[in-house]
Amino acid sequence: MKARLAFSLAWASLWHRRRVLALVTLTLTLSVTLLLGVQYLRTEVRQSFTNTISGTDLIVGARSGQLNLLLYTVFHIGDATNNIRWSTYQGLTGDSRIDWTVPLSLGDSYRGHRVVGTDTGFIEHFQYGRDQALQLSEGQWFDDVFDVVLGAEVARKHDHSLGDKLILSHGGGSTSFSNHKDTPFTVIGVLAPTGTPVDQAVYISLEGMEAMHIGWQSGVAIPGRTVSPEQARERDLTPDAITAALVGIERKVMTFQVQRQINESRVEPLSAVLPGVALSELWRIMGQFERALLGITGFVVVISLVGLVAVLLTLQAQRSREIAILRATGASPGLVAALHVIECIFLAVIACLLALLLGTGGLTLLSPWLLEHYGIQISLRPLAAPEWIILASVPVTAALVGLIPALQAWRQGRRQGLSHSAGE
Amino acid sequence: MTKQTPTQTRSSASNLQAVTTSELGYRWPDSKAALQFPDITLERGEHLFIKGPSGSGKSTLLGLLAGMLRPTSGTVSLLGEDITPFTNGQRDRFRADHMGVIFQQFNLVPYLTTLANVTLPCRLSPKRHQLAKPEPLQEAAALLAELAIPQSHWHQPVTRLSVGQQQRVAAARALIGHPELILADEPTSALDTDNRDRFIELLLTLGQKAGSSVIFVSHDQSLATHFDHELILETHP
Repeated sequence: MKARLAFSLAWASLWHRRRVLALVTLTLTLSVTLLLGVQYLRTEVRQSFTNTISGTDLIVGARSGQLNLLLYTVFHIGDATNNIRWSTYQGLTGDSRIDWTVPLSLGDSYRGHRVVGTDTGFIEHFQYGRDQALQLSEGQWFDDVFDVVLGAEVARKHDHSLGDKLILSHGGGSTSFSNHKDTPFTVIGVLAPTGTPVDQAVYISLEGMEAMHIGWQSGVAIPGRTVSPEQARERDLTPDAITAALVGIERKVMTFQVQRQINESRVEPLSAVLPGVALSELWRIMGQFERALLGITGFVVVISLVGLVAVLLTLQAQRSREIAILRATGASPGLVAALHVIECIFLAVIACLLALLLGTGGLTLLSPWLLEHYGIQISLRPLAAPEWIILASVPVTAALVGLIPALQAWRQGRRQGLSHSAGE
Repeated sequence: MTKQTPTQTRSSASNLQAVTTSELGYRWPDSKAALQFPDITLERGEHLFIKGPSGSGKSTLLGLLAGMLRPTSGTVSLLGEDITPFTNGQRDRFRADHMGVIFQQFNLVPYLTTLANVTLPCRLSPKRHQLAKPEPLQEAAALLAELAIPQSHWHQPVTRLSVGQQQRVAAARALIGHPELILADEPTSALDTDNRDRFIELLLTLGQKAGSSVIFVSHDQSLATHFDHELILETHP
């Protein structure tokens, strides 16, 4: 009965002061949304990161750090330090311990999107997420020298459909002045969205990559040396070198052996990295940053709780009469103090509920934008344990800080005589 | 420092007495001098007027009678029970069960409706909940009607009531559930003469009906005529 009375009084009191308290609740709501959002995005981005590549046992490239190799092959960030000779790649393909290899040849771009020269192995072996294979949403994988397959975002952003002719540019960057205008490519397929950097790239054959560079030297087309597509087809289009290769190992236990052998290769300085290890190293670096961010948002919540207490303490000054009335009617100082704690908890719970609503709404609006601009797929999912803990910690902390005005009310209730004025 | 004027001197069974105090003294934590109060004996159902100028310790005496303050010396017996050795919790419960209190002003919880303010004691004390017949809400309505609070105000926030109305609502709250004691601390000081006399008459009549003893504190001697018994507190010379 006392508990019910306390709850109904606390609720009536909050409702009475709703105009003043609405603002502090809003502050608290925003900070809880921020905290929850950062934690949520953190896990989602991490998931999105680790989802970018799976099923590949080794990434092989010219000798460099594992992060660099991972970044330019999978995330399309940065450039290769050197190439792998075609003969070396052939050597890998012939290794009996190696199940499959996918060549990657980088260096060109289409309106800021990477052009990846590869072969049919890419659609067969490249996997992302939980071992999901790539799917074509339209058309088919390239077959001809001048076919191009677009990532889902590239097709969507530039509104391309099957049969469109594309002029690829030499080098990276979104505006390039040297275009391979003699050798247009035809869109033959569009990949289904994956939420990974795959969506942001265009795929052509190694032969196509070779063909459009005939007559090019040091990044410029030598006048008179370039050829038409028809002439190009006549030539031997076997490349001299590729940038990197994805490798699948027949028996997984052999992975480390193969890795070491590649790393110690005398033919050419090579690096072979385990994608999982490289990804977690990348995440460790990013992790520092996002942990700091989480810490800062934690502080924001604490600050808004302090603001809440400040407002409650200000309101407290007007509440001495009310305390006197309750005490005179027989309420114990404990009940009076409990009112204050309950009010704090009520406010925190309201803020948490509003934060959940705000977060859900915000994510729904924001996720398409994030996918488009950063290739990060953020999906709505039920909250995980750490998020529930964060959410639950808000009312708990509110109850703790609510003890400050509560203690004041309790002391006031005890010291005070019968009337409001006496006792001070 | 205080002088006693005629009070009850009849010696009947102690459980018939609403209030008995002896050698009552109190010293506020920050002050050096202790207040000393005359002995009071008041029979159940009888009313007492305590008159004293400000500073004479009227409010302190009420605080002691209400069990809000613990006397530094002497004893307070209410309804035949010595409440002096009671714990704080016991005194709070005793006050909830047996007492109604009316302040000078600002008597009402601002965020509750008129009816909710009146029924508040019944929610704090199961005993008064039981005694409020047939149900607290009905008794509250009856009291409000008798105290001439327009029905349109019953479900409204109390902030819309006039001062006189607020004091009458406070009286209804003090009377609900038939408490044996009603302590009133200058409840009429904010009212004009007409309202004042009507308020006192209503309070005493309804108190009589509920079987409650009213202890009424004021500095205004003219109010003493309403009461059977009178006690005058004096300040330091």
